[in-house]
Amino acid sequence: MSDIAQEAEPATPRAAAFGPLFPSGLSWLAGLILPVGIALAWEVAVALKWADGRLLPPPSAIFAALAALTRSGDLALHVTTTLQRVALGFGLGVAAGTFFGALSGYSTPVRRLIDPTLQALRNIPSIAWVPMFILWFGIFETSKVILIAVGVFFPIYLTLSGAILGVDRKLVEVGRIFRFSHRQMILRILLPAALPSYILALRSGLGLGWMFVVAAEFMGAESGLGFLLVDGQQTGRPTVILASIVSFAILGKLTDWLLASATSPLLRWQDSFKPAE
Amino acid sequence: MLDIVNVSKRYPNGHLALSGLNLSVGKGEILAIVGGSGCGKSTLLRLLSGLDGPSSGEVTLSGSAIESPRSEIGLVFQEPRLMPWLSIEDNIAFGILGLPAEVRATRVREALERVGLAAHAGNWPRELSGGQAQRAALARALVARPEALLLDEPFSALDALTRSDLQQHLLDLWVYDQPTMILVTHDIEEALFLADRIVVMQPNPGRIRSEFRPQLARPHDRLDPEFQVWKSSLLAELGHASRRQTGEETFPAAAI
Ligand SMILES: Nc1ncnc2c1ncn2[C@@H]1O[C@H](COP(=O)(O)OP(=O)(O)OP(=O)(O)O)[C@@H](O)[C@H]1O
Ligand SMILES: [Mg+2]
Repeated sequence: MSDIAQEAEPATPRAAAFGPLFPSGLSWLAGLILPVGIALAWEVAVALKWADGRLLPPPSAIFAALAALTRSGDLALHVTTTLQRVALGFGLGVAAGTFFGALSGYSTPVRRLIDPTLQALRNIPSIAWVPMFILWFGIFETSKVILIAVGVFFPIYLTLSGAILGVDRKLVEVGRIFRFSHRQMILRILLPAALPSYILALRSGLGLGWMFVVAAEFMGAESGLGFLLVDGQQTGRPTVILASIVSFAILGKLTDWLLASATSPLLRWQDSFKPAE
Repeated sequence: MLDIVNVSKRYPNGHLALSGLNLSVGKGEILAIVGGSGCGKSTLLRLLSGLDGPSSGEVTLSGSAIESPRSEIGLVFQEPRLMPWLSIEDNIAFGILGLPAEVRATRVREALERVGLAAHAGNWPRELSGGQAQRAALARALVARPEALLLDEPFSALDALTRSDLQQHLLDLWVYDQPTMILVTHDIEEALFLADRIVVMQPNPGRIRSEFRPQLARPHDRLDPEFQVWKSSLLAELGHASRRQTGEETFPAAAI
């Protein structure tokens, strides 16, 4: 008994000495070191006239531009328009990707029917559809939302059908022993088992949604953060371009975080590798 | 009740796992199947449960061919196979989702008590030990109350004490509603303690080598001298069965 206690003792001071950089709960601060450091360095470099801030404005100028856009109400307008487009496109893409992905993962005949076509379509860069979409759906919202949906569709479809095909036969056999219907098999075994991959696919789909919204807004939009990019370029205002980029970064990160934290309770059962602190 | 007539099973990779197997199990009978690793015991249970079909021959339940899993037949797999995303109680209820919620809850609660997992009802499968997971899998099969229960080494990961507890529990259950039971086991004592009849299998290809009917008085008493005699002759028989395995080429089956 006593020598076990003695052996265990040195572990505590060692753990403290090489422990986390930040107190527990604040470890996410580590991720801020690099961006904040670089921004400050650039700010100082421009202030001391070591560098020219005209083409790459320092953080203070970008914040000033953001503040001005906020005051005029423009930023709110652009942000909501873009968010709406991403939300609609993402929703559509996820719905279609989930439906066809689940179907093609579960049913071999359906997979034989649709998978080759979808695999071929996947190899077309989605942006290449833009001219077609404009002809079909016009220059306004529909074509933009559809472009985003197409971008989101493929990772969801591919991941979900692949994940369902990869579900452990042994678990499926439990369903067979209990004579599960097709519906039960999908809802009670295949989808839950595929859930971890599916959630990762949702997140990468969302990332693609943000990518495609920029492309969509490049094709003649009157508002939106992508429009702000074009506008900043045409009027020669790099601060506006960077203000838009910063907004994209914040919104992208924020929505991903929301998605990740909304879905993490669904994965508490996972017995996965957790790296040490 | 369960009949296997001249059954062979060849897996898609060409391996002949069972060959010319005949076996009949009566209603309410407890049959134990023993035999070395790889002699086709799990394969046999897969055919009986309807998960796989035989390559030739017939597997029937009360005269009708078993072509897919039947509600009358329950199976406890060799591995626990719990759904990792469900709590233990939800896992146990997995096979009786069609029943009314109250019935389900009562049966699950009873089963949890019986297998000694009441304190773990809300745990994830990853939080259980190997033996606890196996007990949960047993409970999952029991709550469906099948007429015939196929058990593939259900107690192999348990300590001696829990093991004899659950053996006793299985017997109680059998006394109560007399399900037919087919139990695959590596443990000769377990086979003798539970079963009326013991079938010894041998591999390459899997087939029945011999059959034992100890006719001990129930409940079977491990300390009974007769029990010990049966135990040694079964041990000897198993020894022969596994020696045959290595001498396959030099000893054709007919020679023994
Ligand atoms: N899906 C499969 N495909 C091909 N061969 C298989 C398959 N499953 C089992 N086998 C082979 O069939 C034989 C019998 O396997 P089975 O699982 O029935 O053995 P077992 O008696 O249950 O062994 P153990 O006591 O180790 O569980 C083995 O030689 C095995 O290699
Ligand atoms: Mg086996």
